[in-house]
Amino acid sequence: MSAPATMLPGAAAPSASGTALRVVQYELRNALRSRWLVGYALFFFLVTDALLRFGDGGAKALLSLMSVVLFVLPLVAIVFGTMYLYDAREFTELLLAQPVGRKSLFAGLYVGLAAPLSLALVVGVGLPFVLHGLADPSQRGTIGALLGAGVALTCVFTAVAFLIALRSDDKVKGLGVAVGLWLLFSLLYDGLVLLLAMIFADYPLERTLLGLMLANPVDLARVFLLLRLDVAALMGYTGAVFQQFFGSATGAAVAATALALWVAVPVALGVRAFERKDF
Amino acid sequence: MASLALSVSVSPPTATSPAPSLAPSLAPTPMVEVRGLAKRFGRTEVLRDVDLAVRRGRVTAVVGPNGAGKTTLIKTVLGLTRADGGHVSVDGHEIGRGDAAYRAQIGYMPQIARFPENLSAADLIAMLRDLRRAHGAEARTDDELIERFALGDQLAKPLRTLSGGTRQKVNAVLAFLFDPALLILDEPTAGLDPMSSSILKDKVLAERAAGKTFILTSHIMSELEELADDVAFLLDGRVRFAGPVEELKRATRQTSLERAIAQLMRAGAVA
Repeated sequence: MSAPATMLPGAAAPSASGTALRVVQYELRNALRSRWLVGYALFFFLVTDALLRFGDGGAKALLSLMSVVLFVLPLVAIVFGTMYLYDAREFTELLLAQPVGRKSLFAGLYVGLAAPLSLALVVGVGLPFVLHGLADPSQRGTIGALLGAGVALTCVFTAVAFLIALRSDDKVKGLGVAVGLWLLFSLLYDGLVLLLAMIFADYPLERTLLGLMLANPVDLARVFLLLRLDVAALMGYTGAVFQQFFGSATGAAVAATALALWVAVPVALGVRAFERKDF
Repeated sequence: MASLALSVSVSPPTATSPAPSLAPSLAPTPMVEVRGLAKRFGRTEVLRDVDLAVRRGRVTAVVGPNGAGKTTLIKTVLGLTRADGGHVSVDGHEIGRGDAAYRAQIGYMPQIARFPENLSAADLIAMLRDLRRAHGAEARTDDELIERFALGDQLAKPLRTLSGGTRQKVNAVLAFLFDPALLILDEPTAGLDPMSSSILKDKVLAERAAGKTFILTSHIMSELEELADDVAFLLDGRVRFAGPVEELKRATRQTSLERAIAQLMRAGAVA
């Protein structure tokens, strides 16, 4: 630094949290006005309502609901997340020319998407239960777990979506990667694991399979929920191994921790990519 | 490096020798000081060892052919583009990677205005004002240009419905809105009709008279002749000349800025 600096009026102390909060507010206002978010909540509402109306309202309905949530939610979160960040490009460029730090802006954008998506899930799935009442009060915990796992998965897949959109400026490529990852995690993964288990049937594979399961957030959420419901038969191959290894209580804790890591790591990588990006 | 066809003082053979515009030691610190700035996009070197001092209360024009690195230089000062090396100081403070507060003193008018399309200009102004307030940096606001451009009834319309010229006016309004000490205008009059363009130029001159500092790029030399005090000539990512307009004219023995710059370009092409 050469000469003593003369601060100009207007260059006051920064308040990063204040600007992050503002960005969240704008994004929330935008999201709540948008039709797709309402559609997303409505979808969960109709599915849950139908299952409660036409199903027995017991554990079976909850299982079906779980399957739908675990299948649809990652797709919506990753595709919308990717699109959202591409669409926010103008907003981002405008705000970065203002006294807004990149970390605050990233936090604002992330919360501004993850929060309304989570809200849509909680309202869409929760409301029918409130309207119909619970068949069995003991289900309350299970529904809570389902909503919790759903919120966690929303956070995971929006973070992954942000990472995709930041790494590639090509919209089409970004969307392709997003859909591909969803296919991998939701459909192909268990099959691949099963294939692996069959090929190497003669070897002790427990630890490898366990590691593979921890590497798939959808699997983690599923196992976490099934351990609560205690229906190992529906867990798929990795889930069964998981329960065998950890038992139900520890297993759920391990799965929850791994899910938290699945949020933290992509968010950290996303912040890094966002800070280094040229706009 | 081959010596240029110009006199030696005009184009220093390397950027390490101080640019002519560097203020003498008694002068105040430059508003913007850039030292050794380097940036590459993939294999292309966009800025190479760029040194530049932007003096306070003056209009510095950054000129050069397309792809010379003008916009990249501007965006690096703003922190929109991350430099690979070198230093940028604004108002005597060296800018680090995490710094954002210094942008409270800057008004930026990008070459192509990109707005959140669903918002109206009024929404946008309210949002930015609110954001500055949240940041604790509310300065006097200056909406003179809204009136001068007669934007009144356009403010409530969604930005996507506005014509290119009107968007450019909104773009200009936003740059001046918070009464910043430093204004960075990238091709400000592109897309404006002659009347709006004169309004904008009058505004620049009035604000300079009020002590504001400007960095601006333009391909319209008559416009720079009217506005610019200093010139920084960029070619292939290097500063080939930096100094007052008069000095450039004297060194190139030309009477108009256009011819002086043309001579610099020719010399650069020869080198």
